[in-house]
Amino acid sequence: MNKAIERHKNILEFSLSSLLRRKTKNASLLAIYTLIVFAIASLLFFLSALKRESILILKDAPDMVVQRMVAGRQDLVPLVYAKEIASLRGVRKVTPRLWGYYYDAPSGGNLTVMTAAMPAGFIKIGSGVSRLRRATVADVIVLQSYDNEVPLMLEIKEVLPYESELAAADLVIMSDLDFRKLFKFPQGHATDLALTVANSRELSTLAEKIVDRYPDARPILKSEMLRTYDSIFDWRGGMMLVMMIAAVLSFIIFAWDRATGLSAEERKEIGILKSIGWETSDVLLLKFWEGAVISLSAFFFGVIAAYVHVYFFSAPLFQPVLKGWSVLYPQFKLVPAVDAYQLGVLFFLTVAPYTFATIIPCWRAATIDPDAAMRS
Amino acid sequence: MVKKTKDEILIKTFRIRKSTVFLVLTIINVMAFSLLMLHARSVQARAGQLLASSISIAKELQLTDLCLFTEARYTRHPAMGDVHAAFQDHPLALEHFPSGSLVPAPRPFMRRHE
Repeated sequence: MNKAIERHKNILEFSLSSLLRRKTKNASLLAIYTLIVFAIASLLFFLSALKRESILILKDAPDMVVQRMVAGRQDLVPLVYAKEIASLRGVRKVTPRLWGYYYDAPSGGNLTVMTAAMPAGFIKIGSGVSRLRRATVADVIVLQSYDNEVPLMLEIKEVLPYESELAAADLVIMSDLDFRKLFKFPQGHATDLALTVANSRELSTLAEKIVDRYPDARPILKSEMLRTYDSIFDWRGGMMLVMMIAAVLSFIIFAWDRATGLSAEERKEIGILKSIGWETSDVLLLKFWEGAVISLSAFFFGVIAAYVHVYFFSAPLFQPVLKGWSVLYPQFKLVPAVDAYQLGVLFFLTVAPYTFATIIPCWRAATIDPDAAMRS
Repeated sequence: MVKKTKDEILIKTFRIRKSTVFLVLTIINVMAFSLLMLHARSVQARAGQLLASSISIAKELQLTDLCLFTEARYTRHPAMGDVHAAFQDHPLALEHFPSGSLVPAPRPFMRRHE
């Protein structure tokens, strides 16, 4: 046993000396390799954390939201719909929701305006809005109402906590009265209806009943809302797939280059080792250790850097992609969601192919005559 | 005579084998990795507490979406939009917001509009 360990240690020693002889080349190789692992691991960490948080935050979302379509576009829902839908068997509660978007011209940000039970003249704002407008509790925010009369002056009653940015960074919460005044919102209408049902298994039947009664209604089930986020944060979809493909492709090119190209110097080295009595298995073990030293180090450096990047610094490298042209962007700290399965896949996708890609050309060189290997 | 490199002189001076240095470095890496996994586990245990304010606001206001992309109406509430959302501004308004390329149309809506 000790002999086997000693043999491995000796070969490892030799392979490290061999790597250090081509220091610049191998250092750049390690840097690129680490960068690729870092990019893929950061993306996986970021997506799995956001996916997990979306499930946790939206677990109490309405069971169903009913919108109304007019000529294929979303329109306001008359409150009569709410009464009739509430009378359907299986519906526990129907809440007409009043919400909309307000373009804040001075800052250029899009705010989401929602209503809650609040005294008129007061608002609660998300911490993103507070940052954007540089306003805090007891300050007054002026919003231009749609009827072009006197602007609406609203006093900030509360700034929502920083921890809630992922759900509420751009929210302005006001009373129904202020909302209707701000948007000249017609009485007897709501933006949409939020439904709570007694049995979630009856949701699709209920949705069919609603569409039968109101062909202009568009029900959106909770499962569909969650699936939307599932598809956004799915690494197999959207821009994430493009980023992932770019990283994986560069890795394949990188490994392919290693697998096909064995330099004349390396070939000569193998020839010399064979001529002084090394077995083919020793040469392969040497090359295995060379590949393993690089790939294992790159894996650890890349994954550790990715973890720090995503969970300690909130993924600053991804922010320009997510921010796009938005003026108001939530600043959130993600709760780590590390999946052993994902890490295992990442390990076998990065470490294993590279190590084997290093061995294969050497196996070909090691099985030919040492004389021919030295001359080639 | 072969000139010794600085590394070789340093290693000879301290009589440490390169393989030992590598193994120690790998053990440090494994330890750092394990510490991060422990960190992840301890933060995850407090996830409910850390997200409590978001969860309570989402419940109280019956929120349907996360505040991720605020640049356009239909990217702010992707669960509430439809596949025609990008064309609402004018008939030739193809997708022009960067986050539009991050947000694929939800599958149930795709089916409905096919």
